[in-house]
Amino acid sequence: MAVAKSDAINREALDAQTLRGMYRHMLRSRVLDERMWVLNRQGRAPFWISAIGHEAIQVAVGMNMEKGKDWLAPYYRDLALTLVLGMTPRDHLLSVLAKAEDPNSGGRQMPAHYGSRRHNIISTGSPVTTQLLHADGIALAMQLRGEDAVCVTAMGEGSTSGGDFHEALNFAATHKLAVVFVVENNGYAISVPLDKQMPTPNVADRALAYGFPGITVDGSDAMACHRAAHDAIQRARSGAGPTLLEAKVNRLTSHSSDDDQRRYRSAEDLESERRADCVPRLRALLEDLDVLGPGDADALRAELVAEIDEATAYAESAADPTPDTAMRYVYAEDA
Amino acid sequence: MPIRSYLEAIREGMRDEMRRDERVIIFGEDVGAKGGVFGATEGLQKEFGDMRVMESPLAESCIVGVCIGAAMNGMRPIAEIQFQDFILPAVDQIVSEAAKMRYRSNNDWGVPMVVRAPFGGGVHGALYHSQSIEAMFCGVPGLKVVTPSTPYDAKGLLVSAVRDPDPVLFFEHKRAYRSVKGEVPDEEYTVPLGTASVVRAGADIAIITYGMMVHTALEAAGRLAKDGFECEVLDLRSLRPLDREAIVATARRCGKVMVAQEPNLAVSISSEVSAIVAEECFEYLDAPVMRIGGPEIPAMPFAPALESFYLVTADKLEAALRTLAAY
Repeated sequence: MAVAKSDAINREALDAQTLRGMYRHMLRSRVLDERMWVLNRQGRAPFWISAIGHEAIQVAVGMNMEKGKDWLAPYYRDLALTLVLGMTPRDHLLSVLAKAEDPNSGGRQMPAHYGSRRHNIISTGSPVTTQLLHADGIALAMQLRGEDAVCVTAMGEGSTSGGDFHEALNFAATHKLAVVFVVENNGYAISVPLDKQMPTPNVADRALAYGFPGITVDGSDAMACHRAAHDAIQRARSGAGPTLLEAKVNRLTSHSSDDDQRRYRSAEDLESERRADCVPRLRALLEDLDVLGPGDADALRAELVAEIDEATAYAESAADPTPDTAMRYVYAEDA
Repeated sequence: MPIRSYLEAIREGMRDEMRRDERVIIFGEDVGAKGGVFGATEGLQKEFGDMRVMESPLAESCIVGVCIGAAMNGMRPIAEIQFQDFILPAVDQIVSEAAKMRYRSNNDWGVPMVVRAPFGGGVHGALYHSQSIEAMFCGVPGLKVVTPSTPYDAKGLLVSAVRDPDPVLFFEHKRAYRSVKGEVPDEEYTVPLGTASVVRAGADIAIITYGMMVHTALEAAGRLAKDGFECEVLDLRSLRPLDREAIVATARRCGKVMVAQEPNLAVSISSEVSAIVAEECFEYLDAPVMRIGGPEIPAMPFAPALESFYLVTADKLEAALRTLAAY
């Protein structure tokens, strides 16, 4: 695969170890995501909603966050981002199989409704865009305490049609909150294409109205994503305020396991997205740079598959939640 | 003991908690220099600064959503919604997010937040400054809902709400702000959430109610007492959870039950109280449970004659009580 122009421009910025780490994170999410689909198609997991095609921007953002200090208000496609921040394939396999040990929700929520206090990842529900205002509140608390931490929040471009999007950007801008708004723009809100959602091609253009930077980046280009994420997070940490960071990503799967995008997208469209897949693109770049030697990528995949096999076996043998626990934690319980 | 208005008691409750705990912040429309449209936060920005008493944009989802995030990151926010009528844009944040956060995260996260909002009519507020829509939140597990009727309870319940680890909707009857006065201790005290209060003892008819209707009930009870009928008035104070035990005790003691409320009756607090009485007090009742409330029209109209038509006055309640007494 040819090395894209911006890849060449950005290649100097990162050392070989960081580049390998980035590829590893992306591939790990991809392999896990593929496993989720297999479990769904085998009838072992009732639902999955995928991050396939979104990995580059998520990994770029996660690698630029300070673990244990920065916060994430995620949305349902942020599998790779949660993994970079320290959640594990086992955590998410426990969730997709609705096991009691699932750290996201103890099997209470649908899969991909991420959350982990240990990793500063707030719990997310199914209504979209609500988490942007939570990110503002998290960053407001940081500002009140004089911390230099950052809250990242992510969403699809469909979420940018709702009112909470405006309310959150407006408030963050007014108080220069340390929030990075990441839009993973895959061009489709389930089946509705971008041009039926909004009149302008880039969500990031709207940042102009709030008086802070809006950046559009090619979500297939991991190097460009890394640089843009770095700049946005540093800007927030420095006290300069929010950034609207839009990555044009590819939705290489249907919206969810209950959808079939072949019903509303052309074969040519799907094929051209597959050719822009961020994971093989980064592999080609790293092989071109000799950061990955011959066979390295295949060996890495084998290693990750083994990790995920083990995690799958663990999750399948884990206990289901029992009905006597269903009444718990409606409210705080005495310690 | 000092005499305070209902409004002063609420303000003191917030002030005392902010002095005690620097995590407590206030966020809402006009809460700063103006002190809120009713004056509940008057002087607080001056004392605590514009970071801890912060004016929000005119956007209710923003008010509650930001408070949820701040609460998850260690703060104890008090959101002020200017009128309960305007809480509806924030319902997704309240019901889908705050109420479910602890449950959906299997106790990993919680939202220790108070949402204050004035409710109720009789102030020429018309359709959108008079409503009592508290019942819409009272069927939502994960929320707590309180409606104090006296200055003492207002302060004590507010302190409890701020210290509670879960989201509390704190609804203040706006007609009580300046018209209701009472003794309020200067020293720290709390009134527990989820407890009702017998504000008048009696054994003939139970009046179970909340908000300003408590005062209407006391007036009507005083009139009936002249004719030898002793009403017990139970102020629910908390609407979720309801104090089931107190409702049952009062209903059993009296044998006749009037459930009185300001808003329309369909699917309301009175519906729930009546169901509890029907379930638990059947053998003790000397008459069917009787309810009185607003008519089934969208809200309270503006014209004085129409507003009066809507409101349950002491006269209307007295007449209903006499009907029940004669049963």
